[in-house]
Amino acid sequence: MRQTIVTAFAAVLVAAGLWAAPASAQVQIDINHPNVQPLPIAITDLFGGSAQDSQTGRDISQVVSADLERSGLFRPIDPKAFIQTPDSLQIQPRFADWKAINAQALVNGKAEMTQDGHLRVEFRLWDVGAEQALIGQAYNASPLGWRRIAHMIADSIYKRLTGESGYFDTQIVYVAESGPLKHRIKRLAIMDQDGENHRFLTDGADLVLTPRFSPTTRDITYMSYYRDRPRVYVLHLDTGRREVLGDFPGMTFAPRFSPDGNSVIMSLEHSGSSDIYVMDLRTRHVTQLTSTPYIDTSPCYSPDGTQITFNSDRGGNQQLYVMNADGSNIHRISFGAGRYATPVWSPRGDLIAFTKWTGGTFYIGVMHPDGSGERLLTQGYLVEGPTWAPNGRVLAFWRQERMNSRGRGGSDKLYTIDLTGFNERQLITPLDGSDPAWSPLLP
Amino acid sequence: MKMRFLTVVAAVALLAACSSNEEAGKANTGAGTAAATTAAKPGVVPGSQADFVANVGDRVFFAFDKSDLSAQARQQLAAWVVFLKKYPQDKMTVEGHCDDRGTREYNLALGARRANAVKEFLVAQGVPAASLKTISYGKERPAVLGDNETAWAQNRRGVGVIGE
Repeated sequence: MRQTIVTAFAAVLVAAGLWAAPASAQVQIDINHPNVQPLPIAITDLFGGSAQDSQTGRDISQVVSADLERSGLFRPIDPKAFIQTPDSLQIQPRFADWKAINAQALVNGKAEMTQDGHLRVEFRLWDVGAEQALIGQAYNASPLGWRRIAHMIADSIYKRLTGESGYFDTQIVYVAESGPLKHRIKRLAIMDQDGENHRFLTDGADLVLTPRFSPTTRDITYMSYYRDRPRVYVLHLDTGRREVLGDFPGMTFAPRFSPDGNSVIMSLEHSGSSDIYVMDLRTRHVTQLTSTPYIDTSPCYSPDGTQITFNSDRGGNQQLYVMNADGSNIHRISFGAGRYATPVWSPRGDLIAFTKWTGGTFYIGVMHPDGSGERLLTQGYLVEGPTWAPNGRVLAFWRQERMNSRGRGGSDKLYTIDLTGFNERQLITPLDGSDPAWSPLLP
Repeated sequence: MKMRFLTVVAAVALLAACSSNEEAGKANTGAGTAAATTAAKPGVVPGSQADFVANVGDRVFFAFDKSDLSAQARQQLAAWVVFLKKYPQDKMTVEGHCDDRGTREYNLALGARRANAVKEFLVAQGVPAASLKTISYGKERPAVLGDNETAWAQNRRGVGVIGE
């Protein structure tokens, strides 16, 4: 898809000096401030010369607006308050009109169907106070690609105004749950990060758990109980083909791709003890990394592939450990009260997210890879399984409600939360959901 | 001889019936090794899963985050051994399960550990390893719904399933 886009048409229009001296821009979000005031931004409907084009323009703007709003860092201004109209905006913003409604940033642009049947979209981001263009870009795609264009525009705006890369042009794979709690039907499902384009990847005949994306986003590794043999599989999204990884006597589970996509790391259970193994997907060669009578599971590579964090009860109860990628230098990193599980290394490398529970309450938290700086982001009767957005700023996880005394309730829902612990939001799914995994930015 | 075996089974079945009302890990007192009878219910095929559930008791319970077998569990499993030896053509899958006060992946491993503890006991008592399989369902298949200790205790279990 990316081959169809980005001809940074007006990057040239953006004064080179602006990029050289970003401090001169008045609009900037300090993303690290935990209680940042959302930036008021006016996102106008992209101008369309025909009824169809203007509908497309409106749809794109709404997706951009929803993405930015959901981040918690932006406050899109109600379009009913806008003074200047999209067609006159085509010529030049009247900044006074936008200052009048306290917009600090302004987005406008144009959508049109080209004669060869492509959708061409241009947009600009303006600093209202400085009366300057900050970004101008154009995209070409098939008309079906309008949502992705919208997400890419949102990513572009997010990046320009926060200094961090975006995470909107991404997908989430998760376990969709339905049916009675004693016999849940679990299916893999995939959707855009905003919940759109939802589709099921498996039919529910077999119990499936813990899906995770490959770095290319085109493969999913997961666990399936196909034929009552719980094993790790890889599903190739483009072909729908699925294959079991290896032929082991015991259960294989807790799979994750290595950062280069060439291996899958997982747990292999034998005679009740679970150890960590890595399989090279090209040679199918398997290497055992841990060897104890204890439970070693939930392995996850550091983004540079040199280290692995995992969960083990070798110290008496569940704690987090880090080792080198070859299995050497195993050391414990979690020392707080309670139990720790599901360590997941941030794509930026600076943090490890985890599930923790103590005193009957579960938490999602983060700590540095050396175990310092533990910070709890959210809590609940049961919260579990954090996964990082590709920019390492936002996490998704799942939350299980407490059942009442009659065994009612207890549903699972997906949530997202900012790294600061603010802006927790439910991610709406058609059915209950668990085990979310966030994709890298789509290729 | 036959009478004696049947008596054991019934006593154990009775015991299993009580156990669902007790917390896991609590040692059973009283109910001994006495004997009674299976007086097969009409329609229950001897040696079948239905027979096993009705007349032996198909599950044992574990303490939180533990996989060791309590005295009560061992007594229950002794009855499994008798049953499996009586029906040597039976194969058994031992399922390991957990309560939901834990994370999914760890509980898969914990369930495997529980199923294996059951299997090792049965093998040590003379059940051929080749007739036993284990599978862990982690916290994915609760037996009892409810977010309280009573429900959790019944979900931390090993279950024997008779099959071909």
